[in-house]
Order: sequence, then C-alpha cells, then structure tokens
Amino acid sequence: MTSQVQEPKTAVGKTANYFDERLGLGGFTKFFARKVFPDHWSFMLGEVAMWSFVVVIITGTWLTFFYQPSMAHTYYDGSYAPLKGAEMTVAYASSLDISFDIRGGLIMRQMHHWGALIFVAAVGLHMLRVFFTGAFRKPRELNWVVGFLLFIMAMAAGFTGYSLPDDLLSGNGLRIIDGMIKGIPLIGPAISSGLFGGEFPGTEVIARLYALHIMIVPAIMIVLIGIHLMMLVIHKHTHYSGPGRTDQNVVGYPLMPVYVAKAGGFFFLVFGVIAGIAALFTINPIWNYGPYDPSPVSAGTQPDWYIGWLDGALRLAPSNWDVSVFGYMLPFGVLIPLVVSLVFLALVAAYPFIEKWVTKDDREHHVLDRPRNAPTRTAIGAAGVMFYAVLWAGASTDLIAIYFQMSLNHVLVAMQILLLIGPVIAYWVTKRACLSLQRKDREIVLHGRETGRVVRLPHGEYIEVHEPLDKYELWKLVDFKDYEPIMPRPNEKGKITVAARLRSALSRIYFEDRIAPVSKAEYELAHSEHPQEIAAEEAKPRRKTKAKEISK
Amino acid sequence: MSEVEKSYSPGLATNIEKAIQDPGVEPHRLRMTDKSEKHAKNAERQVAFMFLLSIVGAIIAVWGFFAFPISGGDLSATRNNSLWMGLGMSLSLLGIGFGAVHWAKTLMPDNEITEERHLARSSDENRAAAVEIIKLADGESGFTRRKLIRRTMYGALAFLPIPAVVIFGDLGPVVGDTLKRTMWKAGTRLAKDPTGIPIKASEVTVGSVFHVIPEGLAELTEHKLEEKAKAAVLLVRVNPGVLNEAPEKAGWSYDGIVAYSKICTHVGCPVALYEQHTHHLLCPCHQSTFDLADHCKVVFGPAARPLPQLPIAVDAEGYLIAQSDFLEPVGPTFWDMRK
Amino acid sequence: MNSDKPLHRKPWAAGLVVFFGLVLSGGGYATATNVVETEFGSAEQVSEGRKLFLANCASCHGTNGEGAIGGPSLIGVGAASVDFQVGTGRMPGQASGPQLYKKPVQFTEEQILAMAAYVASLAPGPALPDPEFLRTDGDVEHGGELFRINCAMCHNAVGAGGALTEGKFAPALDGVTEKHIYEAMVTGPQNMPVFNDANLTPEDKKDIISYLKYVENNPSVGGFALGSVGPVAEGLFVWIFGLGFIIAISVWLGAKAN
Repeated sequence: MTSQVQEPKTAVGKTANYFDERLGLGGFTKFFARKVFPDHWSFMLGEVAMWSFVVVIITGTWLTFFYQPSMAHTYYDGSYAPLKGAEMTVAYASSLDISFDIRGGLIMRQMHHWGALIFVAAVGLHMLRVFFTGAFRKPRELNWVVGFLLFIMAMAAGFTGYSLPDDLLSGNGLRIIDGMIKGIPLIGPAISSGLFGGEFPGTEVIARLYALHIMIVPAIMIVLIGIHLMMLVIHKHTHYSGPGRTDQNVVGYPLMPVYVAKAGGFFFLVFGVIAGIAALFTINPIWNYGPYDPSPVSAGTQPDWYIGWLDGALRLAPSNWDVSVFGYMLPFGVLIPLVVSLVFLALVAAYPFIEKWVTKDDREHHVLDRPRNAPTRTAIGAAGVMFYAVLWAGASTDLIAIYFQMSLNHVLVAMQILLLIGPVIAYWVTKRACLSLQRKDREIVLHGRETGRVVRLPHGEYIEVHEPLDKYELWKLVDFKDYEPIMPRPNEKGKITVAARLRSALSRIYFEDRIAPVSKAEYELAHSEHPQEIAAEEAKPRRKTKAKEISK
Repeated sequence: MSEVEKSYSPGLATNIEKAIQDPGVEPHRLRMTDKSEKHAKNAERQVAFMFLLSIVGAIIAVWGFFAFPISGGDLSATRNNSLWMGLGMSLSLLGIGFGAVHWAKTLMPDNEITEERHLARSSDENRAAAVEIIKLADGESGFTRRKLIRRTMYGALAFLPIPAVVIFGDLGPVVGDTLKRTMWKAGTRLAKDPTGIPIKASEVTVGSVFHVIPEGLAELTEHKLEEKAKAAVLLVRVNPGVLNEAPEKAGWSYDGIVAYSKICTHVGCPVALYEQHTHHLLCPCHQSTFDLADHCKVVFGPAARPLPQLPIAVDAEGYLIAQSDFLEPVGPTFWDMRK
Repeated sequence: MNSDKPLHRKPWAAGLVVFFGLVLSGGGYATATNVVETEFGSAEQVSEGRKLFLANCASCHGTNGEGAIGGPSLIGVGAASVDFQVGTGRMPGQASGPQLYKKPVQFTEEQILAMAAYVASLAPGPALPDPEFLRTDGDVEHGGELFRINCAMCHNAVGAGGALTEGKFAPALDGVTEKHIYEAMVTGPQNMPVFNDANLTPEDKKDIISYLKYVENNPSVGGFALGSVGPVAEGLFVWIFGLGFIIAISVWLGAKAN
C-alpha cells in the first residue's frame, strides 16, 4: 500500500511528530485520550487520596533537604526561647529549625502533616465508598486487595513519619510500640532490640524509621498506586445505576478534555485546601512537647488519628490479663488487642472473597449497588465502622471525660460495653433501615410519589394524587440484583459437607430478608388498577393544576 | 453480549421474568452557557479571573517569604512568614483549580459519552495461544521434564533468602539480661530529675511527689536515656497509717516514704499522675491505675502487674538510698521476665 | 423546718449571703480606699479574718478550723492555701462532687488576706509567696523542663489540662495568676501533690511560672492551636473540616452546571 506520510507544518505538529516517530505516542493517545470516566462526587475520594499523596511527596521532599535523622546529642540554639540550651537530639533540633528558623519551613511541615492526615482519611473514605457500593465485586477483587495494602502502607508511612521529630509525644508513642513488641512471646525482646539497635530508645531508631519513611514505604506505595491505577484502566471505572448504564458499558466524560481539566484542577484544589489549612491551623506543635526524655509525659498523649484505633484497642483491654505458662509470661492485655486488630484487618481484606463465596455470582459487576439494595453487606459495613469507631473513640477517653465532664473510668467502661454491643446494634438498625428504604422505593415505583394534593373525583371520592415517576427515575429504583438463599445440597457422593451447610447458613443470613425489584408485571398491574379519573388527574401537569387551585 | 451472560453463572441471583426495561441514556440537557453567548462569555471571564487570582496568590507567597526576615526569638516573624506564604500558595493553587474545573463544567462539552466494556478474560483463541506458548517454553527448557534441575532450583531459591535475613542479625545486640536490671544498686542515692541533686528523707513531706533518678545518671555521657528509661522512679510520702505493706516488704519503705518504678507495666509509658488523697497513680497513655498505698497493684485499666517497688533506706547523712536494684524487671511484660 | 440542714442549704441562706456579701464588699471598698495597707498577720487582721471565717467557712471547717463533716481541717494548711482556694473562687465550695470548680471570686482581696491571716495564725503552714518569685523573667528553658517532668503529665505540656481518675481533672493553666500557680505548687490543692521548696526551689517555681506565662503570652506560631490538646483535636479537625471542605468541592465538581 502506498501511503502518503503527512508532513507536519506547525510547531506543535513537528514536536508531536518528533516524539511519535521515536515513541509511538499516537497509539497511546488514541487509547487514552477519550477514555470515559463517570462523574460523581464519591468517585473523587480516591483522587483526593492520590492527590494528597502527591502533596505529601512534594512537601516531604522539601523537608528532607533540612531534616537530619540523627540521634546524636546537641544543645538547641534556635529561636524558640523555652528550649534554648536544652539538650536534645539532632533530629529534634533540626525539626525545630525547620519550624522556626528556615523560611517556609513551618508552612511546609504543617502542609506535610495536614496532608498526611487528609491522605489517610481519604483512603479510608474511599474504601468505605468502594465497600458500600459493592465496587469490590468481580472483576475488582484484586484491586480491593491492592487498595487494602495501600491503606496499611498509609498507616505505616504515617507512623514512621510521626516519630521522626523525636519529640516527647512521638517518643512516648515509640515507647508504646516498644512495649507492645516486647510482649510478643519468644521473639518480642529480640525484635525490640533489632528495631532500636539495643535498648530503648537507643541511637538508631530515628535513622531506621527515616529510611522506611522516605524510601521503602513510599516506594512500595508508588508501585501499589501504579498497579491500582493500571487495574482501573483495565477494568474501566464503575458507574452508578441509571438509565443507559449497564454492566457492558461505561457512561461519562472523556479524559480529554473534560476529565483532564476536572481531575487536574482537582489536584490544585486539594493542594490549595491543604495549604490553606496549614496556613491557619497549627498541627503537631513539637516545640510544645519538648525533647524526648523517658521520664516525662504529657496529658493527652495520643497517636495521630489513623493509629488511634490501635491505641484504643490497648486501652479497652480488661485489667490483670497477664498469664503465666510454665513460668513464661503472656501479656494478653497487649496480645489480644493486637490479635483482634489483625483479625479485623484480615476480614476487611478478605471480604470480597467471602461475599463471592456466598453468592456464587460469577458475573462481572460494573454497575454499583445502592447501599440499601444490599442490606446485609451495608449492615456488615456499618457494624465494622462501629467497631472501628468505638476503638477510635477509645483512644480519646481522657479528652471525652474532660470535655463532657464525666468520669474517665465510666467513659472507659462504657466504651468496653459499646465495643461488644455497638456493632450488633449497628448491624440490626442498618439492615432494617435498608429494607425499609427498599420498601419505600417499591412503593414509589408502584404508586408514584405522594404529592399532598387531595382531589375529589366526580363520584365524590377523595383521593390523594400520586405523581408517577418518569421512566428514567423509575429505572434507577428497579435496576438492582437480588439474591435468594439456598438450602444445603448434597455433593456427588450424596453427602452434605460442612462447607455446604456453612454457605447455606450464610446465604440465609445474607438474603433471607429481601425485597425484590419491581417487575414489569407488577408495575403494570399496579397502574391498570387505577380508575380512569385518577389516571387523568395524574396525567395533569402538576404546576398548572396548582395554579388553578389557587385561582379558584 | 449474550455470550457473556451465558458464560458466567449468576450464582444465587434471581432472574426476574420480564423485568422493566432500561430506557437508555436520558436526553442531553443544554446549559445556559450552551444556549447563550452572553453566559458563555461571562463564564470565560470568571475562569480568567480565577487564573489571575492565582497569579496574585503566587506573588503574595513570594512576598511572605521575603517580608518577614526571621530574627532570633521573634516568633511573630515565623508566624507571619508561615501564614502569608501558606495563604498565598493556597490562593494560587485554588485559583488554578477552581478556574480549570469551572472551565470544564461550563465551557467544555457536557455530553456524556458511552464506551463499551469488554470482559476482563482474554478471548479463547488468545488463551489457547498463551497455553501453547507456555507449553512450548516448558518443552524447550525441559522445566517439567528435568526434575533434578527443577527441584534443585526450588531448593536454591528457598535457601537464597536465608542470608538476606541473617545479614540483618546485627540490627541489635542479643538481649541478654539488660531488661532485667537497672542502674540502681545498694547505696545509690535517690536524686531529683533532671538536676541529679540527692534527696534527704526530711525533704519529702507528706503529700509530696518527687520524680527521681539514680544519682550519677545525670552525669552519664553514654546510654543516659536507656538507663533513665528503666531507672525512673516516683517517690512519695503518705501518712504511714494508710500504707498497707506486706510483711516481706515492710522494710522497703522509710517512714511512709515509698519509691516505685515510674515505668508502666502495661506498655511502658511513664505513670506519673499522682493523686495525693486517693494515693492512686494514673498512666496518661492507657489509663492504668495503680494504688500506691497498696503495693501499686492495678485497680483499673489494662495493666496486669503492680509497679515494681524500689526498696529504700536512709544513709548516715540522711539521704535516701536504694537498698538494692528492683527485685523484678521494670516496664512492660515480656515472655521470659521470670526466667 | 428541717433544722439539721447545714446553714447554707436553707432557702433564705442565698439571700442572706448576698446581703452580707454586699454589706461586706461595700464595707471592704470603703475601708480599702482610706486605710493604709495593714501588715499581714496583725492582730486586727486576724480578728477580722476570724469573723469572716465564722460567717463563711466554719459550717464545714469547724469553728476553730479543726475540720468537720463537710470539710477538712485547716490547721497547718497555711495562708497560701486560703489565698489559693478562696482567691480562685473554689472556696466557699458549692456543690459536692469529685472536685471543686473555679467560680467567680466571692470576697475582696482584703477579706481573703484577712482569712488567710487567721488560718495562718492557727498553725504554721505555707506562707504567701514572696513577690520576688512571681516575676516572669525567670529561665523559661529550665522552667519548661521542670514543668514537663513535674507537671505536664497531669496539666499537659502547655498547661491545657488533663483528666484524672473518677471524674477528677487537672485544670487548664492559662489565665491563672502567677501567685495562684505558685500557691498551688506549695500547697497541693485537692488531689494535686505538694511541691515543697526542697523539691522545687522558689527559683524553680519562678522558672515554671515564667515558662507558663511565655507560652500564654506568645502567639501559637502555627496558627489556631485547636485547644493545644494534641492529635485527637487534629484528627477531628481533619475529618470534619478538612475532608468536609474537600467533599463539598467534590460535590460541586461532580454536579452538572446550569
């Protein structure tokens, strides 16, 4: 075939030609530029996480130019009078210098820390969005796992960074970690020695945490984010149910130009909000806490919010739980919170596989569930959120006691009780609420919305006029999948296995109470029952009728 | 896509006979900016205004950097520097962000477009071809056939990580008995933290609390914090009447003066909140509460062991001294602490 | 009428207290304007203090300060204790509870000193602080270190306050006068331990006061301090305002334009 190569004439064309001839970017652009992204605010949460991560990387890189991860001793000689001449580590002194004596240092430190808090919070909210809309279902289970690992790495990044200023607050945080590690049977003391390079606090740990914080953890995160986004491109984004939205298509705006502008602009918005907060609000005033010293401690010693739930788990353990086995000590007061937290995380990671095992649904799902249309999943999620929230609040028992003028002891005991019954209540209430909302949806589909308009029919009957839904609204309320529980069935050998029984039991828990979507037959039946007069009333445009009534 | 529906089992999903039909994407609604040139022009001006604001913000940030030179001790310079640079940067970022998004929302086309999805699985031909390639590679390399090579390779790969783990062996020294002893020994004077001034028994009045370190700790040049992390002690005098002492520990106090380790037996925070009238010690980290008048046993919170008591006495000059080191390890429980 | 009710619980007691309060404070002002500073502990002042004591304190603390069901013995608590408790409004106590709260002060400076002089005359105890040690030009670095070691575990590193057991708490220290901080250290009010002069010398106490006043009087360099209570406030702020604001922007971004 004789093809005529077009010679580019403009400068842009020439540049494009230069790169395409070397990199073949034309195909790449063709593939990506019109990729479709559905628009919804909740789809931005993952983007908030990603962009705040970028903000944290940018500000963190700046901080590395001034921060010195050394535990060598020095005497402070900077601007902050209450610490002048104090003995401290170089790490703490350099953090103070960043805060007081390097122009732009404080704002960068505060942006870094606020950005980090927002990052982990956005990761958490994004996970909740994915969970409650069922976006983790096939084919996205693996991406859920990658996202879960990112959540863990986000906490790791946060914790390693929290300790770097080597102030009193973070030092006591490290000491708590050391105490927990030492409690692990057999290997605990050895791991502690390995982490701190000997006895706590040692002279090594800051440099080691620094290596983890600026190199290893972010590198792992960048790889995971790459995989996360790659899978996003492979799967294409999910969309909420709506007219024309199916499991076989994706409806939304093209990457070029709309999404580039929106998502690109969004980066600046997230960055700008973080900068604004950092300009106006103090975060982690390390100068207040003083250098780390194993003897003092400040009231209100808490970790950053994302570690709070683990701290809460430690606080809520009952008293006197050390057990001696053949003279070896097992501190269950530390080990059980640790195990419970790990089991909780494992359940979060495994949830897509559990649900898949119960439903046996092998199809791909790209249309999201409205939370009410998956009542049991939503209820399980609510129970999980409750469990996490109680542990989280448990980390601030002292502050709750002060600010609400209650007894610290009562608050703690109340939290212990709430930890056990809170999730059960949350599960039950949420499930009932979802089922009721589904019933309401059915009612609206079958009989339309109540208008509050009462009319008298020619034969004297009074009715309230219901406004029927248009077909687009209607579709949103009926487009969902519905599952049925199964009985345990014998396998080929004629035996009912334990797994079959378990699955059947779980399927009953999941789907015994269910509200099916309205079928066409039901819909037509409901509407054919309407007497002519009512239908005629319903057909009248609402606003006009209202005007008429007023004029009467 | 009917083949798609067939290829995967719906599991427990119910199949509704004659479901209501999807009406298809709703018709596109025109925006004001699509309908009226005036609105479009307005939106354009708004976007441009936001970009201009962004420039102003950048200028403010640079001004903030230079306008407040930091001179020793003046905290308001640091405050202003941080405030104006932050606000400036925020304005410059938000200006670009709001401008770009407003542009996209009002002036770029808002027709939603539809893209087909395809199953994640590859087509049957591709799968078959992939299997062929793997088989071919297996045959060519003899991976399955040559068992000896395969198994020794697994072995080699299993051994490879061992040096990678062992090489971290010197991250920390072997623990030994460092966790079980502290700087206290018979005759060490109790001294004030942080000054290291020894304390006389007569100075400890009822209701007083002293934060104590072993004499000589303040002068250490090496391992000062490590020793302090184990040796920190709280010294309190209560009315001897309220003190409940086990017979074997009767000689450990001096006239109502008792000394207990300050390191929580839960996870190691300094337990320092002393309530004079209840004799309770509270840990601010996890709220473990210890009764100082009753051997510091746990009365509330997650701790499990009493705080270890430091046996004390008074020397010839009236200074408080330790009778010995603690008789059990201080701080958090670890598995072989009793061995 | 129930005659075994304590005096101050009777329905007319409040009126009476207000009446006497007005009379006394009026009288106090009248004398303050034209009487030269009486020497602390003079016989005249002690007897004036005793009158005030009998009228306002004796129902709980006994007619000779020996203590009764309602309140502890005041023998040996010293002038500093009275000046602190009455001068911060904690005394006379109002409701029983885990701890006494700060209230508007009920007496004039002169009356407080008179009562302090009376209580000091009962037995020796911590005296009123020497103004020399109430100045705020001490060594803030040393004061900060001492504060962290001796005080921060209850009062928080910058004196924002903290919780104790069973509903008790260590109050926030901003706005507390130098004198009252000093007196609290010497006397150990309520469950606070005592920091005598052997433990923290008067110089040390002055340094601690200087540190607290430095923190109180200098701007929070990072911006609004969110109560200075640490990461919990920061976490709540991020979830409610930080993410709240960003989500509001997301909703705007995802909404269709008109």
